[in-house]
Parts: sequence; C-alpha cells; structure tokens
Amino acid sequence: MRSGVIAKKVGMTRLFMEDGRQIPVTVLQLDNLQVVAQRTADKDGYTAVQLGAGAAKAKNVSQPMRGHFAKAQVAPKRKLAEFRVSPENLIDIGAEISAEHFLEGQKVDVSGTSIGKGFAGAMKRHNFGGLRASHGVSISHRSHGSTGQCQDPGKVFKGKKMAGHMGAARVTTQNLEVVKTDADRGLIMIKGAVPGSKGGWVTIKDAVKKKLPDGVPFPAAVKAAAASEAPAEAPVEGAEE
Amino acid sequence: MNLIAQLEAEQIAALGKTIPDFKAGDTIRVGYKVTEGSRTRVQAYEGVCISRNGGKGIGASFTVRKISFGEGVERVFPLYSTNIDSIEVVRRGRVRRAKLYYLRARRGKSARIAEDANYKPKSDA
Repeated sequence: MRSGVIAKKVGMTRLFMEDGRQIPVTVLQLDNLQVVAQRTADKDGYTAVQLGAGAAKAKNVSQPMRGHFAKAQVAPKRKLAEFRVSPENLIDIGAEISAEHFLEGQKVDVSGTSIGKGFAGAMKRHNFGGLRASHGVSISHRSHGSTGQCQDPGKVFKGKKMAGHMGAARVTTQNLEVVKTDADRGLIMIKGAVPGSKGGWVTIKDAVKKKLPDGVPFPAAVKAAAASEAPAEAPVEGAEE
Repeated sequence: MNLIAQLEAEQIAALGKTIPDFKAGDTIRVGYKVTEGSRTRVQAYEGVCISRNGGKGIGASFTVRKISFGEGVERVFPLYSTNIDSIEVVRRGRVRRAKLYYLRARRGKSARIAEDANYKPKSDA
C-alpha cells in the first residue's frame, strides 16, 4: 500500500485532445506537500505517514503543533492527513512529494468535504419525485409523501429518507482518471468532478478497486535535487524505519 | 491572472489556432472535421453567427444559424475545438445586439442582416 497525497482544489477547465475529444478536468495542486511524521508498528501499532500541505503562519499555530513541526524540521502546515502504508513504503520525514506520484491514465480515489446544501428537502436530498402539479395536490408539491404504513407497525422505520441536512460531509469519488500531471507546478488534472469547493482540501489515493499500473513510483515520487530524473529509487532509506 | 486562466491561456497558445475576428451578425463558414469509418474529411457549415459565448477562455463557443431545406438549423461549436479545421468570415453584418436570438422568430426578408461595408476591426484585437 502506497501513500496518497493532499491536494488543493483549484478549479475546473477542459482539455482538447488531438482527436477532437474534449475532457473536463479538475485541477488539483500539491502545495508544499511534505512528510511530517511516521507511524510505526513498534511505537503506534500500525504504519502510516502523516503528510502536511499548505503554509500556516507560525503565530496561528498552537504551541504543541509548532513543536510537532519543529521535530520534523518542516515549516508549519495548513492541513495534515495520515495515510496508511505498508512498512516498506514509509517515506522519510521532511521529504517533499511531487505530482509525478501518479501516472497519467491511472485511476484514483478522491476524498473531500462536499459543498454544504443546508437543510434540504427530500427531492433534492434523496431524488424523490415529489407530488403532482395538479389533481388536488395543495401546497405540498415538493413533499416526500407517505412515510410508512398504518397502525401496524405504527411507527416510522429508522433510516427513512426524509428532509434534513445535506452536504458538508466527507465524500469519496472512486475510479477517477488522472489525465495529466505537471511536476513543476505540482498540478494533477483529474477527469471529471471532485467533491468540495474551490480552495478546499482533498486527498488523492490509488484506486482501491483497480489494479495499480506498472511504473508507479514506490514508495512515493519525492522531490529532491539529486533524484530529479529518477524519483523512484531516491528514498529507499525510509523503508527500514 | 489566476491559475485556471493561466492554464487556459497556455493551452490556447499550445493549440496554435488562428481565430479570425468575427462577431454576432457575421456570416461565417466553418470547416468541421467529420470522421466516417477510418477516413476524415472536412465538412463546410455556413451561416450567420448569432452568438458568441465564453469570452477569452478555453470553453468559449459560438452559434451558427442557417436555413437548411426550409428548416432553421443551429449548431454550437467550441471555439478552440480540435475538430474545427478553419473558420472564415464570408460577410460582415451590421447588428446592434450581441445575441441575435430574435432571428429565430423571423423568416425571409425580415431575417436579413445589413452588410457592414466599412468594417474596422477593434484596435485591441
């Protein structure tokens, strides 16, 4: 299992291909994405890497968190996330991950916080059909209709789909295709829409339901001066820890 | 310029298309690539441009209306589509609207557009 990445949603655009196809893409940006901590089996009982992205002002970071960043010798980060990895795929603390972590054409799963819709009715929230426009329906054209049976069972079953709060929840969209990556600017272009609003943070992982393509960098594509053209072999030292 | 606008500007430059200066009211001929089986050919579509959409972005499009066998036909083309072989301006029209949707309700004489005889392109274009 390989680490994922934290990215910021920049917005959407389209790409014109040579054969006349147009591909709608979401542009995601890796912003100072570094490894902040490692979780190891001896110490924590599981193996994972903690990544940090973005830049936070030191004065706005709490004292304990400043210590945490200082220990890793990285600048304070805006967003932290942990990714479970297998022990041989641990990445060195402080290593910066580049956009080449994903290959073009690879399938990924993208998680983010969806845009909040507030208190939404049953039509919007659960795709109910609503009631008729005429034939005696009064005032309740967008209502959900009946919620159950009669005296037996005499209650509304738990989990009945009704109006309520919608959105602002963690959503994962699976099997999205990586169309293009740009390592210089840290951009990953993914076909289709991605949960959340512009400027929101999302996490990208290898698709769990698809086979990993050949040639993906292990344990991660790390930005380093020495290993610029061969990012795959660079961070082997991280495997021992 | 934000990152999306920058990426779109780069892609427009990379596509290297020459878009002629045209606006709503102009009669234009669009060479559109059509693939039939394995071979491709260029099909011409000529009509009045009745709207341009999307400004300077990569998502910009334009609508061309023509009367084909007595039936009004409108086609929307993405301005930067790689399927577009050529765009040429056949006639400059003089109109006072940006969107000529009123032409849909007109037929024959009232659907004509006066020619802009002394057309001057805008300096910034």
